[in-house]
Order: sequence, then C-alpha cells, then structure tokens
Amino acid sequence: MSAATSPLLDRHRLRPLELAWWLLALGYFFVFPEYLAVATQVLVMALFALSLDLLLGFAGVLSLGHAVSFGIGAYACALINLAGWHEAISGALAGGAISGLFALAIGPLILRLSGLPFIMVTLGIGAVLYEAANKAVWLTGGDNGLPGVTLDPLLGVFRWSVLGQTGYLYALGWLFALFCLARRLVASPFGMALQGIRENPRRMQLVGAPVLRHLVVAYGLASAIAGIAGALSAQTNAFVGLEVLSLNTSIDGLVMLVLGGVGRLYGGLVGAPVYMFVQHFAREWNPYYWMFLIGALLIIVVRFSRRGLIGLLDDLLAHARQRHRQ
Amino acid sequence: MSTLAFVLLYGVSYGLLLCLIAVGLVVTMGLMRVVNLAHGAFAAIGGYLAMGLLTPLGVPFGLAIVLAVVAVAALSVVIERLLYVHLYGASELDQVLLTVGINFIVVAGLTLAFGPNVLPTRLPPSLATSVDLGFRSFETYRLLVLGVGVVVIGALWLAFERTALGARLRAAVDNRSMTQAIGIDVPRLFSIAFALGSGLAALGGALGAPLLPLEPLYPFKYLVLVLVIVALSGFGNIRATLLVAVLVGVVDTAGRYFLPDSGSFTLYVLLIVLIVWRPDGLLARRVRR
Repeated sequence: MSAATSPLLDRHRLRPLELAWWLLALGYFFVFPEYLAVATQVLVMALFALSLDLLLGFAGVLSLGHAVSFGIGAYACALINLAGWHEAISGALAGGAISGLFALAIGPLILRLSGLPFIMVTLGIGAVLYEAANKAVWLTGGDNGLPGVTLDPLLGVFRWSVLGQTGYLYALGWLFALFCLARRLVASPFGMALQGIRENPRRMQLVGAPVLRHLVVAYGLASAIAGIAGALSAQTNAFVGLEVLSLNTSIDGLVMLVLGGVGRLYGGLVGAPVYMFVQHFAREWNPYYWMFLIGALLIIVVRFSRRGLIGLLDDLLAHARQRHRQ
Repeated sequence: MSTLAFVLLYGVSYGLLLCLIAVGLVVTMGLMRVVNLAHGAFAAIGGYLAMGLLTPLGVPFGLAIVLAVVAVAALSVVIERLLYVHLYGASELDQVLLTVGINFIVVAGLTLAFGPNVLPTRLPPSLATSVDLGFRSFETYRLLVLGVGVVVIGALWLAFERTALGARLRAAVDNRSMTQAIGIDVPRLFSIAFALGSGLAALGGALGAPLLPLEPLYPFKYLVLVLVIVALSGFGNIRATLLVAVLVGVVDTAGRYFLPDSGSFTLYVLLIVLIVWRPDGLLARRVRR
C-alpha cells in the first residue's frame, strides 16, 4: 500500500527530525562520557514510557499499574542472574518474557473492565505486588532489594566498564530495536485495529473485531517491553529495589510520556530526558520543590498543552513553514 | 465472644471512618464522572488543619474539626471552579493527570508546612479514656467515631433520599442532560456536591487522625483503599458505600488481628477479586448487562 493513499499510514514514515533524535543519543556517548550512567537510566525510562505509549496511546488503555510489568521484569532478570545465568541479552529477554506472560495471564480478566474500575484494579494489583515483594524477603530481599547482579562481557567481547560505556550502548541498542518493532506494530493491521478500539471499542466489536483478544495481546506486548526495560534497569544498576514496583514508577512513566506527547512513539523518548534532567536539578535544590514543580507541570500540561512537547514542536515547525511560504 | 465483639467494634468504627471519606467521592464521582484521585488530599488538609488548630492554638477538639471542615469545603469550591470545571467531559487521562498533579502539590505543601514525618495527634483528655461496656473496655475515642459516623452518614442518607436537594442530585447522577433540561442548575449542584464531599473527607481526615496517621504522603497512601471502596459502591449509591466500607473495615481489622503477618495483602486481593467480579458495584442491578 502506498503512503499517499493512506494518510493513516503516512505518519509512520520516517522523518528527518526523527533521525536527529538517534544521532543525538549516539552523539551523547562521545560528548559526555562521564555522565553515561545517568543517561543509561534515561534510556531505560524512555523504553518504559514507550511501552506505556503502546498501551495508552494506541490501544487507549489507561493503566496506573504499569510498574508491575517493569518490576516483574526487573526482579525476574535479577533472580535469573543471581541463580547463575550471567549472559545479558538472554537475561533481559527472559525478564520481558516473564512479565509478558504474567500480563497475558491477568489480561483476559482485567481488560474486560474499563474506566474507573480498570484504573482501580491496576492500582490495586500494583499495591498487592508491592506488598508481596515487601513481605517475600526470601525471594526479593524485601527492603534491602537484590544487590550483586553481575554480567558476562556483552557478546563475549565488551566488558561492563565502570563508566558505563557498554551499558549505555547496550540500552540504546535495546531501545532502538524495540522502537523499530513498536513502529512496525502500530502500522500493521493489528496496530490499526488497536487504534480503532481506542477510538470506539463498541463499534469495533460491531464490525467483528475480537476486541478483548486484541487488547490482551497489546497488553502482553507492552508488558513484555516494560519487562525488558525493568530487566535493563536491573542489569545496568546491578541492583533491584522495591522502588521498581511502586506507584511512583508508574506515575513517572506516565508523566514522561504525557510530557513528550501521547500516541506518537517518540513521547517517552523526548519526555524521559527532559523529565529526568529537570528532576535531577530540582531534587538537588530541594526534593519538595520538585513535587511542586511536577504537580504544576501536570496541571499545565492538561490545561494548555495536551499534545506534549512534540506537539509544541510540531506547531512551531508548521508556523515556521507558513512564514517561509509567505 | 469478646474477641469477636472487639473485632466487630474496631472494624465497624474503622469502616465508618473510611465511609465518611469515601462517600463524598462516591457522590461527586457519580455526579461529575471525574476520576478524582485528589480526594484524599482534601482529607489530609482537613486532618492537618484540625490538628494544627488543636495543638499549638488550643482550639477545643470539636470546634477545631468543624473549622477544618468548613475551611476545606470553601477551599474545594475554589479548586473546583478553577481546575475541575475543565475536567467535566474530558478524557480519563486528563482527569488522572490533573488530580495526581493536585496531589503532588498538596504533598509538597504539607511537607513544607508541617515537616516530612507523621504528625503526632493528641486527643483531649476526655477522649483518651476508656469506657467499660460490660464485657470489655473500649476507647472512648472509638465510640465517638462510631457515633459521629452513624449520625453523619444517616443524615446524609436522609438528605439524599428525602430532600429536594437530594432529589436533584440523584436526578443529575442518573441523567445529567435531562436534569439540566428541566431547569436545574447543574453546575451549581456540582459545586455544592463537591464542597459537601470534600468537607466530609476533611471530617474523616480530622476525626480519623489517630486511626489513619497524618503524614504528607497521606493523599497517595490511602488512595487505593478509598478508590476501591468507591469503585465497589457503584455510582452515587450511599447504601452500597456504607456496606462496602464497613466490610473493608471489618475484614482489615480481622486480618490484622488474626493474620498479623499478611498486613493489608488479604484485603487488597479480596477487593480486586470483587471488582473484577462486579465492575459496576457490589449492589449494582444485574439487569443492565
């Protein structure tokens, strides 16, 4: 199908500005070699926000418990590692697979719900798993977490350096691979069906689409990607703590996504660096000012900029183009 | 026998407290269809205000609570007019984001004003005693919670079922546009209901301070509990709220008493199962499906 005949597919074509993001991420590696550890966590959160975008931006499912997927991936990966499997890529894949399987198991039950009951159940499942991880000290280490995740050299060649060069490129590689996958996914017939469900689930049901099955598959995929993000966090921090399962993590991911722009895949990629950059400096200044700031930011985003930073950029570009034409 | 009575009395007084906080949200959510995650923030502000008036300023207990409730109700109308009006008919995402934003601001404000730790609550001496009920002695404070809970919720139920305002509210919950069409000022009704709901939350927060300790993270800490009660109540159903809240109170108390290690785990699992089983509310009529 040619792009010209389908405006829906048109927006999935690669634009030069998108290339700029990846070049910047690669350039960062050479320009700021001493800040790679922090930047690696930005990439991890960008991947987490990307998985949330698949769910929220394309399937229209608003979950306040997405940290569950992140946390299960992180704990699963760390436990496999501590049991003696030190290969990185398969470890991350295993974390993602376990998280995805968990989502496939609970998906058929909870995705029947919508609106407030669904939000409540995702919040509740988050609270239950956090509590469970807190109590199951023999498995998760409870409050102390699981330290001591060690990895074999990546692909048998690249050692995990103290400054985190390997970790950064490793996370960037994962982000790029899964981003390409997500991009293919949303442009596929399945992705179209998801967007149909987002716009009008009842109508999709009427035209014969298996709505629940589509949603469960989307939830499983998004959870698997979030699980890989969690696994990357475990591997690059060499540690998993209870924080990965907390409501904070869910909200952080959501805010990053919304800040960047929902339903454009790049939302998390733009939102995560901005959010974590501001957070870093505001927290050093005073942790409570940070809460004021994020609260105010959320209200401003809802009131004035529903399309996020990318939407703002789009508007600016359109404006400039119009000027140019005149 | 006396253990059972003990668990029941503690559970029911705890449940009534939760009901006080949740019932306002049940009415406003039913009316405005807004996923209001900031309801707990009003309870927290109420609690902090009351304790701030009580301890350093020496205002009598009852008066401190009344003042806190009135202040929070007034504040909530301002916030409703400024922020919530934009949420009516907006997407769930917008509602969640904005109300979470309000929570963050309240948490930061409470920390700046009162410090990051749990605020110690000192009950007046007359309430810190115990009463012998024949088979066992109970704290006077628990009995006060029980009494206030029964009276306030009873009054609210009467107002909702028997007064003209209650009839208008019920009408607007059932069919907003039709209510507007017959000339009832629905936006004003929203403000009144919102003030009422936030005031009740403040009452729960202030009265319940010894049971639900006041700390800056209060709005997030009790979020799941209160919202689950709301979700199980269905829209605008006070009887269901009372039932669910008391159930939650008793189950939680019994859980803590008989299975102290599992904490709130059992309760949450039970509530999730109930929501998945009855997403429209525990007492919802099944005919609609």
